[in-house]
Amino acid sequence: MVMAAPLTADDVRTRLTSVHDPEIPTVSIVDLGLVHDIRVSDAAIAVELLPTFVACPALEVIRAEVVDALAGLGRPADVSFTFAIPWTSERLTEDGRAGLRRAGIAPPAAAADVRCPYCDSSHVAIDSLFGPALCRSLFYCRDCRQPFEAFKPI
Amino acid sequence: MSQDQPIAMDFEGSGDGRERALALLLLSMADDEFVIGFSDSEWTGIGPILEEDVAISSLAQDELGHARALYGLLADTVDDGRDADAWAYDRPTEGYLHARLLDHPRGDWAATIVRRYLYDTADAARLTALVESSHPPLAELVAKIRREERYHLMHVQTWIERLADAGGESRARLLAALEAMGPDAGTVLAPLPGETALVRHGIVGEPFAAMEARWREGVGSTFRRLGLPDLPPTVDAAHARSGHSDAFRALHADFTMVRRSEVGATW
Repeated sequence: MVMAAPLTADDVRTRLTSVHDPEIPTVSIVDLGLVHDIRVSDAAIAVELLPTFVACPALEVIRAEVVDALAGLGRPADVSFTFAIPWTSERLTEDGRAGLRRAGIAPPAAAADVRCPYCDSSHVAIDSLFGPALCRSLFYCRDCRQPFEAFKPI
Repeated sequence: MSQDQPIAMDFEGSGDGRERALALLLLSMADDEFVIGFSDSEWTGIGPILEEDVAISSLAQDELGHARALYGLLADTVDDGRDADAWAYDRPTEGYLHARLLDHPRGDWAATIVRRYLYDTADAARLTALVESSHPPLAELVAKIRREERYHLMHVQTWIERLADAGGESRARLLAALEAMGPDAGTVLAPLPGETALVRHGIVGEPFAAMEARWREGVGSTFRRLGLPDLPPTVDAAHARSGHSDAFRALHADFTMVRRSEVGATW
């Protein structure tokens, strides 16, 4: 019989790449920068996540999906949210930014640097600071004439 | 502060008054955010234009989220079994500690914008005084909230300028709302009963009078630029957070309705 290698935080992080933001299905919570801390012990897997916005309504869905993703590892997952450091848009990885564009959402940038996620034009105008989710603003592309959302820089 | 301010809070805390003062601060901030958030959410579906419907709904959602987080810190401080929902929904009207400014109904769009402007600018002065708070969970939450409130301030500043510069009915309604709410604007920064303990323990970085002075300076310079009248001094600051209005009693009946009809219900 071969002894299983001990579970590491990196193993847990790899598993968490299968958990996606329910409102942005092309970006994992790892690439979104939500994972603050992972601690593995024999008794439990403690995962600390950073909410993008305090009032984010997706938190409980994300919590449940993390618990599901970490099932079968022989110990329960203890998922908590923390404001120990603020989530900022700099925490998005390059893969995360590419994933946002695939979903039709411009990655966070100063308003003057936002580019259309469909045609990459910089000829865009802000329509409203506030969009259909707390984390997004509304823009319009003057070249391909497509309204689009941009992740708020925060 | 005077001991005669009627503050209904059934928590004494222990020791030298630090816990009770912290609890009063958290409760007053949470109630402010909860009341303005719930009240502004009434615009959802009936905002004056589509973008504003979305914007005010986002602002309201942010405030309710901030309230939930603050009630959570309060629940940890008081630690008597009440959770955030119990603090939000299970008190009689006289148990709420929001500022009298937020007792004004949302009124027309100009009134909603004026209430938001006066509240958000005063709240920003309060949050600035909490950045270095000696209570770590509060300092951490405030760091996060301030990043979100930056968007609120940009939005409401734009609207105040738009209404003031438009002239005609827009400016007339803006002036009417300022006349109605101006005397209550400073209630957000009126000193709390535990102020001495809050300052002594470093929970707030400065007395409320210092926050109020900074806030009045900022608002005053905007108002002068827009040709708006100066804000009057606060009326009856000793009762800034008690003796609520009929408008609040109606709001309270509304936001407790589900909770009352299904005791113990959760989302």
